[in-house]
Amino acid sequence: MNEKYSVEIISPDKTILKEDATEVVIPSFEGEIGILKDHIPLITFLRPGLIKINSDSKKIFFVEEGTVEFVENKLLILTSTAKFLTDLDKNILDELINGAVKDLSNTNLTDKDKYLLTHKLETLKNINLKTF
Amino acid sequence: MPSLDDLKKRIKSVKSTQKITKAMKMVAAAKLRKAQENAEKGRPYSQKMQNIILNLTKSINDPENAPKLLVGTGKDKTYLCVVLTADRGLCGGFNSNICKLAKAEFKKILSEGKDLKIITVGTKGLDQIKREYGKYIINKFSFKNKKKITFHEAEIIGNEIISLFKKDEFDKCILFFNNFKNVITQIPQAQQIIPAENKDLEKKEENSISYMFEPEEDEILEDLLPKNISTQVFKAFLENAASEQGSRMTAMDNATRNAGDLVDKLTINYNRSRQASITKELIEIISGAESL
Repeated sequence: MNEKYSVEIISPDKTILKEDATEVVIPSFEGEIGILKDHIPLITFLRPGLIKINSDSKKIFFVEEGTVEFVENKLLILTSTAKFLTDLDKNILDELINGAVKDLSNTNLTDKDKYLLTHKLETLKNINLKTF
Repeated sequence: MPSLDDLKKRIKSVKSTQKITKAMKMVAAAKLRKAQENAEKGRPYSQKMQNIILNLTKSINDPENAPKLLVGTGKDKTYLCVVLTADRGLCGGFNSNICKLAKAEFKKILSEGKDLKIITVGTKGLDQIKREYGKYIINKFSFKNKKKITFHEAEIIGNEIISLFKKDEFDKCILFFNNFKNVITQIPQAQQIIPAENKDLEKKEENSISYMFEPEEDEILEDLLPKNISTQVFKAFLENAASEQGSRMTAMDNATRNAGDLVDKLTINYNRSRQASITKELIEIISGAESL
């Protein structure tokens, strides 16, 4: 299972990543999906979480939202919030966590917002444990 | 006939104007390169997003229940026009071209007896439009004090449009901006963003791939379409920024050249009248000597 396919992460202002990978794990709205070569065509959108790209080296991005299309062995991730994990430091993380906690305390959230925010918080806290 | 002194002053003032326009041209050229790069980098995102939406819409079986952002409200009564212009002048016909196109459209909408609502972005457009259509303007934005326009600003506009749409304030939304073709050509454009225009949609019918959707198509569309509005606005922003700098560069280049021509003309004038006064004095001296 070492065959590679091309992955692109595009944000509104630039192409963040373009390379070949063997496996990509994305935090799809209904759960994590791992994509290998020759996956069937797929369109889905993301919840806050981590995108893990496995090729020769491992790359991890934090995203808050996004849209994913996989077709003909090309994986396309459109997101305006992708952050390379190594670019994050403790200050940014704390800021994000505080923001999420504050948003969660808002009482008139829809179920969907609540779901998204809980995942955001959980992901952020896990990053905290792993790296610091 | 202006005196020598007057001519001298004019030459000096034209020369200093020329210096200013030259400096502006160079600043615009530097900014243009950056803006152009940004516009080109931003294109894939909006293109790919359009593509996904296209694939999604093809697989919707039940158009009646499709999200309203895509198919419209079914009415054709109220138009929302979003006019994107620059915050600064001195860029040739850039702002006027957008306003001209927008005004023509306003006129058409009003003459058909439909309601009109206007949102302006950028102060220059507001100034030009409020004279005639001031009472239709419902909101105005300006990012004058922002150094760089990011996706965040586009989202502000996008969210405003969507919240108006949800309140049923309008049926159709048209975006006016300048499309950056190259440095000397910018084409003012009117793009309908709600309901999503499906001119190109029908062309690419042949390569239909059956996708797996996770979750359902309409849920994805509901998530994607509002994003697409912001994306389209952002694309318009980027195109506009590049166009503004391009337009300013050409305008300032022309101004510099015109100033140069004017300086040449005035210098010739100046030299002639100086020579004339010398000749006059000589004649006076000679004829004075002869009469002795």
